[in-house]
Amino acid sequence: MSKKRLSILLVSLLLMASMLLSACGAAATPAATATEAQTAAATEATTEVATETAVATPSCGTDPVVLNAYFETGFDLPFKLAEEFTKQYPNVTWDIKQDQFSNLINETPRLLAGDNAPDLIRLPTLVSFAKQGLLMNLDGYATAFGWDQWPVPQLSQNRVAEDGTRGSGTLYGMGLNYSLTGVFYNKKLAAQIGMTTPPQTLAEFEDYLAKAKAAGLLPIMQWGSAKSGMGLAFPLQNLMASVGSSEPVSEWIFNKEGATIDTPSNLVAAQHLETWIKNGYFPTDINAIEYTDAAARFGKGEGVFTFNGDWQNAGYDADMPGNVGFFLMPPAEAGGAPAAMSAPLTYGIAAKAQHADCAAFFLNWVATNDAARAIDVAVGGSNPGGPADATMPAVAEGSVTNDTLAEGARLGKTGSAMDFIANATSAIFAQGWTPELQKMVGGKQDAAGLLKAVQAEYELELAQ
Amino acid sequence: MKKGYVTMPASIESIAKSNLTSDNSPVANALSRRTSVRRETIIGWLFVLPALVMYAIFVLVPLVMSIRYSFYSWNGIGEMTWVGIKNYITVFKVPNLIGTIGNAFQLVLYFSIFPVGLGLLIASIIHRVAPGQFGEVTRTILFLPQIIPLVAAGIIWGWLLSLSGLVNEILNAIGLGAITRAWLGDFTWALPAVGFIGVWVLLGFCTVLLLTGINKIDPSLYESARIDGATWWEEFTSITVPLLKNEIGVCLTVTITNALAAFDIVYVSTAGGPGNSTAVPGIQIYILAFTQQRIGLASALAVLLMILVVIVVIPIQRLSKESTL
Repeated sequence: MSKKRLSILLVSLLLMASMLLSACGAAATPAATATEAQTAAATEATTEVATETAVATPSCGTDPVVLNAYFETGFDLPFKLAEEFTKQYPNVTWDIKQDQFSNLINETPRLLAGDNAPDLIRLPTLVSFAKQGLLMNLDGYATAFGWDQWPVPQLSQNRVAEDGTRGSGTLYGMGLNYSLTGVFYNKKLAAQIGMTTPPQTLAEFEDYLAKAKAAGLLPIMQWGSAKSGMGLAFPLQNLMASVGSSEPVSEWIFNKEGATIDTPSNLVAAQHLETWIKNGYFPTDINAIEYTDAAARFGKGEGVFTFNGDWQNAGYDADMPGNVGFFLMPPAEAGGAPAAMSAPLTYGIAAKAQHADCAAFFLNWVATNDAARAIDVAVGGSNPGGPADATMPAVAEGSVTNDTLAEGARLGKTGSAMDFIANATSAIFAQGWTPELQKMVGGKQDAAGLLKAVQAEYELELAQ
Repeated sequence: MKKGYVTMPASIESIAKSNLTSDNSPVANALSRRTSVRRETIIGWLFVLPALVMYAIFVLVPLVMSIRYSFYSWNGIGEMTWVGIKNYITVFKVPNLIGTIGNAFQLVLYFSIFPVGLGLLIASIIHRVAPGQFGEVTRTILFLPQIIPLVAAGIIWGWLLSLSGLVNEILNAIGLGAITRAWLGDFTWALPAVGFIGVWVLLGFCTVLLLTGINKIDPSLYESARIDGATWWEEFTSITVPLLKNEIGVCLTVTITNALAAFDIVYVSTAGGPGNSTAVPGIQIYILAFTQQRIGLASALAVLLMILVVIVVIPIQRLSKESTL
């Protein structure tokens, strides 16, 4: 009897253990972080000293330097930039590790807190890491390199205030470039439905959508699988900025006190999206389509329009040379100011980084060196930012990059740029937007319910 | 077999004891025997030690730490704050968290009931009809999913089950075009589709385990049944199933644990979508711990999940052991 009991106990212990191994791997890894936190605290002090001394002559020096970097898999830009940098500064070599964006999101805190903290790392979000003292304060470098003289919006998205809100305060990251999102279109299919110039108002755009549907074409190609995150967040946010002001949306993304996504004008935007879904403007299998599939299918001629960002320019150009155009989401009223999601491709320096000066020098070089800017535009497809008077690299004839750069300039002059609603909190995309928008596609959620549910998740996450 | 192992040290002990208590034996002799027994015990422990150390480091320590974390609010890096049972209350209050347990129980049907049921049928058919080469080929094919990395399998199934995938093409070809859909993106069908992948993965494991069990059953039982004119079904219900109780118990335990603690299959096929319809506790724990850095809450959900699995699995263990112990 006792043996039996013992065996049951053993089996259950074994089960518990195996379960926990799969379930609580998370908890197991940071076990050693008690001491790590202490060393982090200790290095914070030295970091400050480093930043101060760095202000004088931040450079890579002449001694051999190996920059410890974490890049995002699937995007060539940082790799090409690193290559060019070593060409110009042969004493600098690279130790590059790479991972998928979704994995980076989860690994970043441990990488930053770890012993071999990265000199340069692609940052998916930065508020929590900044608050936890894991990121280097870049204010000193901003003064030394004159970044604070650059056009304001470039740096503001990477600033975090004392109260944890973004948009102003201490600088914790720099963009390798500044992406722009809007509407890409297939020129041949657009001509087929009578669109020769981009629409000037939302009504005009919706008219084209209806025409495409009537012509038996798929009006909008978009992705929606939870594996890559719901792509309907793109048209939704564009609609928000089209029918209302982008200001409240930005405040919500930056976690300003009392900010809400559930506003009357956002409701109108969500209702537009709901109508688009009901009208069949998106693929029927959108909930199962991943990002790469959507990009590939659009490249093969499926869909007149697609909402995406200029990081996909090179891909679209390769798939359909000379056949892809781009415009900013038109405003609801004629003559209104355009608004678009535009975010820096943010890289930061760990508070414990060994070669912070050299990393900062690299970030400055990316935005100011002509060769780097040329790579930025040719490979990354996005605006390299930098000083207001910096020259814009030439772009190949017929490339959609011509359109995105021109529209980016128009946005800079007359419109306003916002970060992504998916970046408001670390899990708002996975736990809020993605499931709720998928439910809307499945007819299980309406416009009002969508905003309420996402706002509830937002408050829940900020309350922790 | 098992019993032999368990009782061996006890029998050695009893021999030793009888020697010790026997009045005729010289004291020195008894002492040397006692030392040899002790030596054997030590050697025995030394053999077990490496496994025991691994078990302690990778299983027991994380287990205890997870239980401890579940009472704290912690982001994985900074300071830990004691919050008592608040994390557990949160698990029950947030519908997204507790709701996933319902999905996990639905997966039990696909990950456990189907593979074990089908595995039993297939194993007994192979045993009766095709014990030779054909049976071996079948067994190998069924077992293949076990050795294919799940991530690769997830991608392949993603293609097969997509709107233009092979599954829908076949349905179209046989005139069932009306029911084609993007299976993994459909609210009603995503969970069964994920379950189907689970059946594919686990069927081979169950079949092979059960087939091994069947081969251990005394052939004379089947022979006498056949002489008595028993049908295949009668053999199946009166000999195969009852004598496979242990193996069925192991299969159920492993597959139910797989279902309730599912993570990999779901993560690579749907990541919990669409709209949380395939979200399971494993996915939520992952998001809580890694994306949201809420280690305490993630641990609380994990501990509850563990308790749930134990509650479900212990009765199965008991039932399958009852007649044999």
